[in-house]
Amino acid sequence: MAMVVAREWREIPGRYNLEGTRCGCCGKIFFPSRAFCPHCRRQSIGKMEPFPLKPTGEVYSFSIVHQSDGFNRRMLPYAVVFVKNDDSIMLAGQLVDVDLPTVKIGMRVRAVLRKLDEDGKAGIIHYAFKFVPAE
Amino acid sequence: METGIVSYGAYVPRYRIKPEEIGRIWGVDGKAMGRGLMINQKSVPSPDEDVVTIATAAARDMMARVPDVDPQDIGALYVGSESLPYAVKPTATVVAEAIRATPNLTAADLEFACKAGTAGIQMCLGLVGAGMVKYGVAIGADTSQSAPGDALEYSASAGGAAYLIGSERIIARVNRTLSFSTDTPDFWRREGQMYPVHGGRFTGEPAYFRHVSSAAKRLMADRGTKPEDYTYAVFHQPNGKFPTRMAKQLGFTPEQIAYGLLTPEIGNTYSGAVPLGLAHVLDHAKPGDRILVVSYGSGAGSDAFDITVTDEIAGYRRANAPVLDQILAHTVDIDYGTYAKFKGSIALPEE
Amino acid sequence: MRDVAIIGAGSTKFGELWGASFRAIGIEAGARAMQDANLGGDEVDAIYIGNMSAGRFINQQHIDALIADYTGMATNHVPTTRVEAGGASGGVAFRQAVMAVASGLHDIVIVGGAEKMTDMDDDSINSVLNATSDAEWEAGMGLTLPSLYAIIAQRLMAEGIATREEIASCAVNSHFHGAMNPDAQFRKAVSLDTVLHAGPVAEPLTMFDCAPISDGSAAVILCPLEEAKKHTDNYVKVCSSMQASDTLALFQRESITHFNATRVAAQQAYQAAHITAADIDVAEVHDDYTVAGLMALQDLGFWKEGEAGRALLEGQTRFDAGKTAINTSGGLKAKGYPIGAAGLSQIVELTQQLTNRAGPRQVRNAKYGLAQSTGGTGSAVTVTVLEAM
Repeated sequence: MAMVVAREWREIPGRYNLEGTRCGCCGKIFFPSRAFCPHCRRQSIGKMEPFPLKPTGEVYSFSIVHQSDGFNRRMLPYAVVFVKNDDSIMLAGQLVDVDLPTVKIGMRVRAVLRKLDEDGKAGIIHYAFKFVPAE
Repeated sequence: METGIVSYGAYVPRYRIKPEEIGRIWGVDGKAMGRGLMINQKSVPSPDEDVVTIATAAARDMMARVPDVDPQDIGALYVGSESLPYAVKPTATVVAEAIRATPNLTAADLEFACKAGTAGIQMCLGLVGAGMVKYGVAIGADTSQSAPGDALEYSASAGGAAYLIGSERIIARVNRTLSFSTDTPDFWRREGQMYPVHGGRFTGEPAYFRHVSSAAKRLMADRGTKPEDYTYAVFHQPNGKFPTRMAKQLGFTPEQIAYGLLTPEIGNTYSGAVPLGLAHVLDHAKPGDRILVVSYGSGAGSDAFDITVTDEIAGYRRANAPVLDQILAHTVDIDYGTYAKFKGSIALPEE
Repeated sequence: MRDVAIIGAGSTKFGELWGASFRAIGIEAGARAMQDANLGGDEVDAIYIGNMSAGRFINQQHIDALIADYTGMATNHVPTTRVEAGGASGGVAFRQAVMAVASGLHDIVIVGGAEKMTDMDDDSINSVLNATSDAEWEAGMGLTLPSLYAIIAQRLMAEGIATREEIASCAVNSHFHGAMNPDAQFRKAVSLDTVLHAGPVAEPLTMFDCAPISDGSAAVILCPLEEAKKHTDNYVKVCSSMQASDTLALFQRESITHFNATRVAAQQAYQAAHITAADIDVAEVHDDYTVAGLMALQDLGFWKEGEAGRALLEGQTRFDAGKTAINTSGGLKAKGYPIGAAGLSQIVELTQQLTNRAGPRQVRNAKYGLAQSTGGTGSAVTVTVLEAM
């Protein structure tokens, strides 16, 4: 699915470097970043600070995808995971460079930068974090 | 001012294909081909890997080993490659974002066939030496292309290494660097073409051997050194055969080039080749070790470096990222079908 | 607020309706419902329509105007409103219509749901479905909608809440009933083995864990309860219709083994109807994925957490088992899943059941019926309680 360039560009801190936000009022951490805290609401406006998440964590749950379209067709079959990172924040992404039968809940993973998608042969290439098994 | 390597990081994709598997498809004795080239297997990037991701992986490991270095102090970042994902749009800026070095730096992609990575190292040495930047990052990385069935297909592979160049706490001092460049068209790829073209045996004597040996001899003459003064030597390695023969011609022993010769196990990583070979040497280096490094880029040119490992390497936090022996230990063999799928040789519906 | 009644109900056949356009499908169910309510058309005060994505499926926005026009209601300039809430589009449209009548603003309201999906290729359809999750941080990262439900299934299994077989048996239950519904896309019972060993979509879920791609529409006619008898003897009371929200992205929830939106909407719906889960005789739950159907049975309070799976596996959910009958229409899995129509199709089935017109799958003495409609991965849920009169 083609995305306008700006839509991708503005998410670079989150997509490349797992940068979320922390509420300056209650200290809660959010990923992806939010303009205001859903708990402190109005009080938090202007007090949300960038917060780089730790790139390591463990698999909370997973699935092996057998049907997908676009660029990911070349990746089939591939693993997708929910990862509870070492800040206890849940993240969603692909788990690559892994032997699929070994994927399991609790396995340690770390985030790397990978190619996510591309807008056809002429369009922009999208890069974002994916996970790989952590040694 | 002393300048040199402050940190480094390396990355090689985990997939491997063997010459016999490639030969099986084309009716060629792949095993014999591999023996002739001295290539046992070559690395293959996953479909979601390209020069941006390989360069980023190497650069992040490079930064992980120097946690005290503020990425905001990086004033220059160069990515040397001949397989950049974009014809127009820098890879260097993506890598700079991914290591949080933006926005106050200069960044550019470099191309000089297989020696763009070492050209970047030279440029960073110049900038640091001139006091224009505190740190410079030079990366050599490639996902090398080769026409299916061509001799190059047995060697063209993927990988890269990143170097943090500076003048403080250097683990390896660059005593001297110089180059040897001529217009020698032994290998090229025209704009818009998928695969490079090479001059066959012309790539040997007038190209690789002339440039590498000339640069090496000039550097040793300049420094007043002989082969036996070096603990290690790293030569560009389009296959295993060329650097081995080059070393012998110049008077280096097989032991001196052993650590720096990775091509037999990972293939020709083009711009990544010499940076990776040097990284493997540095993985094993001790204070006082002296290293001769000579890259080669078709077209043609060689950059030569005279390097001395410093005492700083003892306190260097190398273990903060995996060393090459660890990276190369985890491999997955793939067949030609998977290789074709990964390389995009199989046409899929519109992506 | 006034009590509201359903006085007419109709559905098209669900399935791959190659010969029918969105326009044809969009008006057919409404016409049937009008006929069922013995209305001519001039009585209609307003139309609500649940539709998820005509904008992408057939490249037609503004389908409110299209529906008003092609149902002949534009000649009377009847206000028509299209509602979108992912998979819950139909459920939310129904609730909007109920509120319009309950408030006293409108007396006769048609509420329908329609989707024409098969005018688009499968890959594109799946990308539209994926966009009901967080398009940037789930779908955009390569997590398909079925993979999100598979991730839920994996947790249910890991936490001992349900086994793989129990999850799969939700499809067996739906197909068992679908075989008895002439409007169902799949009128064929399937075995547990068939579900378990079908082609994988997102492990552990197979093709048979997922509702199909369908065309179809469903509609009901609402009026004030006190007026219902004037039109028909076959009417039911809308006791309550409640709606709750949750985070767009599944990965942002504290727990993924239940849907809080279902729990909240159900609790409010029971309270407003002055009943409990135990009073429900027949329920239609949103089984776009088997695992969603199973979770709904627990979140709605029909079975305790960890027990819904066994109930499905043992057939306690069948129309004649004497417990709460689940998805007697065939559910989304077997009747079909024309997305915007799903929530209304549930109401149509319950209306048939509560007026004793459900034929071979009739639940005996059904007094209370419940419909649960879900958008995305439980990001929007409606729960409606109906009562036989």
